[in-house]
Amino acid sequence: MSWSQEELVAAAYAVVFVFVLVYVAIIAAKLARLQRETAELVEMARARGGGDRAPDYAAPVSGARKRDIGAP
Amino acid sequence: MGLALVLALIVAPEDADQGISQRIFYIHVPIALTAYFCFGLGAVKALLLLWRGDERYDLESYVAIHQGTIFGALTLITGAIWAKASWGVWWTWSSNQLVLFLVLFLFYCAYFMLRFSLEDGPRRARSSAVYALFGVALIPVSFLAIRLAEDFIHPTVFTRDGPQMSGSMFATFVVSWGAVTLLAYVLYRVELAGKRLDADLRELREALQ
Repeated sequence: MSWSQEELVAAAYAVVFVFVLVYVAIIAAKLARLQRETAELVEMARARGGGDRAPDYAAPVSGARKRDIGAP
Repeated sequence: MGLALVLALIVAPEDADQGISQRIFYIHVPIALTAYFCFGLGAVKALLLLWRGDERYDLESYVAIHQGTIFGALTLITGAIWAKASWGVWWTWSSNQLVLFLVLFLFYCAYFMLRFSLEDGPRRARSSAVYALFGVALIPVSFLAIRLAEDFIHPTVFTRDGPQMSGSMFATFVVSWGAVTLLAYVLYRVELAGKRLDADLRELREALQ
């Protein structure tokens, strides 16, 4: 199969684009898994705490929690 | 990356000798340099691990080498495409730089085999660090091979007299290099954050069970 110069240039850039796209897709899948695991752990912490309210990570960061997570 | 693409594919003038295929240079060389940099960074982190004994450098070294391997694979693929466009073949064993880069790439592929064949812990961290340090010796050999062996197949663009290209071509190259380095840095930080979060969650799960 013969390739034109233009096709080869396009192929070189396309390969890099596809690699980055696949990498981002893998990272996104991993992030989704970590979110699921975090939710499971929150449930586990709730169950252990006997129904105590687990920390609300969606709440605005302030005071003591700011220090806990090292936020400025 | 967008600016680099526009400069490389549209703005930069066409090379008199190679024609349009020379535009692969703007993606191939920055990726190759980034791969060398990532392998070098992995070795620096490995050295810090052995020197200071701080385990966080093990993960940083691993992620840098992982990035280097990804960029190394891209270097080989884009290089093969450029070779097909310029020389009419996908690969030639007569070019020392190509062969040495392949050796470097395979050496770092073996790093993962070593790492995952050992149990997680200080022994694995130290063994991986020593291996990463051995690999860094191949980088200057691979980088300088073309000059040491007077290889006439693979082109030499950067000589003692400076870059052998026009000002706009050089500017395009610098922007592309900056873009690829920035991309590598972002991917490095994201992967490192993911791995650290993964380890923290594992620890938390063990503490809760």
